[in-house]
Amino acid sequence: MNSILAFLYFILLYGGGEKGGLLDVNPGLIFWTVITFIILLLILKKIAWMPILKAISEREEKIKRDIEEAEKKFKEAEELHRRHQQALEEAEYRVRQLLSEGREYANRVRDDIIAKANVEAQKIFESARLEIENQKIEAMNELKQIVADLSIQVAEKILEETVDKDKNQKLIDQLIQKLPKG
Amino acid sequence: MNYHEEISDTLQSIAQEKSGWIIDHLVDSNVLDFEPFGVLKLPTIHFELFGFSINLPITKHVIFLWLAGLIVSILFIITAKSYKKSLVPTGLANLIEMIILFIRDEIVKPTIGEKYVNTFTPFLGTVFFFILTCNLLGLLPYGATATSNISVTGALALISFIVIQFAGIKKNGIIGYFKGLIPHGVPVFLLPIMFVVEILGLFTKPFALMIRLFANMTAGHVVILALLGLIFILKTPFISPVSILFALFIYLLELLVALIQAYIFTMLSSLFIGMAIHQEH
Repeated sequence: MNSILAFLYFILLYGGGEKGGLLDVNPGLIFWTVITFIILLLILKKIAWMPILKAISEREEKIKRDIEEAEKKFKEAEELHRRHQQALEEAEYRVRQLLSEGREYANRVRDDIIAKANVEAQKIFESARLEIENQKIEAMNELKQIVADLSIQVAEKILEETVDKDKNQKLIDQLIQKLPKG
Repeated sequence: MNYHEEISDTLQSIAQEKSGWIIDHLVDSNVLDFEPFGVLKLPTIHFELFGFSINLPITKHVIFLWLAGLIVSILFIITAKSYKKSLVPTGLANLIEMIILFIRDEIVKPTIGEKYVNTFTPFLGTVFFFILTCNLLGLLPYGATATSNISVTGALALISFIVIQFAGIKKNGIIGYFKGLIPHGVPVFLLPIMFVVEILGLFTKPFALMIRLFANMTAGHVVILALLGLIFILKTPFISPVSILFALFIYLLELLVALIQAYIFTMLSSLFIGMAIHQEH
């Protein structure tokens, strides 16, 4: 602090000398400074400051506008995207629905076909069984006839006209009647 | 006080014997010094006006003021032209624009207000670039720091003072402005004192601007010259590495100070304009 004061004291003492000291005020220089500065300010204001500041604010305006527009576009895009998403979801839902409907229909058709086939098969089976039954009865009857004839022939051969043919026939019929059915 | 006088006497005796050249380097002169290539004598404009003999010497500092004005003009013309090509600046214009935007958004906008940005940015920007260029010119070889002359800083402070008062009067009206100088809620018996104090305050603000810029720009140069002068005072080359290193350090500091002082002058002018316009605060 002391040294600073000493320095100031020195400047005041020495600087204020007659031959151009540090603290001398020169009116001419003040004049020139003011003139220089004012001319500089006027020139710059006209040819530089106005265009520069205008350009800067124009650019700022443009950037602001661009950002706003971008935000708007972004919102639109988001809305569009949301709608597309919704449409996609709907489509997916429809597809799933259609698919399940189709599957259900197919199932139903398959069941129908199987059921019909079953019925058909049953019918065929039934008719075949009936046929077999009929055939069996017929065969049985035929067999009975053949057996009767054979036994008659055998008996005839054995008895050799001991009994006449009619009587014999009656006897054999009675015998057959006593045979167990089957 | 005895102590101060003693130191001052010592300094003075040294100054007169050995280091008068330091002051000679700092003060204005009528010649452009290009040692060892010679000197250039500068003319003086002298005329009579209304019976007054008016003397307007074109001194070294005037030349450097004009040089600074020229440099700033060229920089700004280049910048302004680059905007004609496109709204996006490139190269030099980009640097200038960065500083302009700083002045506009960080100095003028917070202190004066958004409404007045385009009114005061040209003035304050010109102040900033002009002072900065003057400060930096002083750091060049053969350069002189016009801003280390109290007449120059005084003139700049005077312009600042006039702008501050005009801004305040234009906004608040001449009566409203002087009424607004006194804060609200001051007791009646204090009014005369407050009025005097506030009027004095109007003048101390630019006075402080003047002294601050002058002292800062002078001090650095004094220190650099003193450090280099050590070599010749001690008459030994072995001191030169120390001197040069320290001088280099101070030189770099001076670069910073040149920027800071230009910024402070602009910032405070802006602040005072803001205070003159918005008196309610």
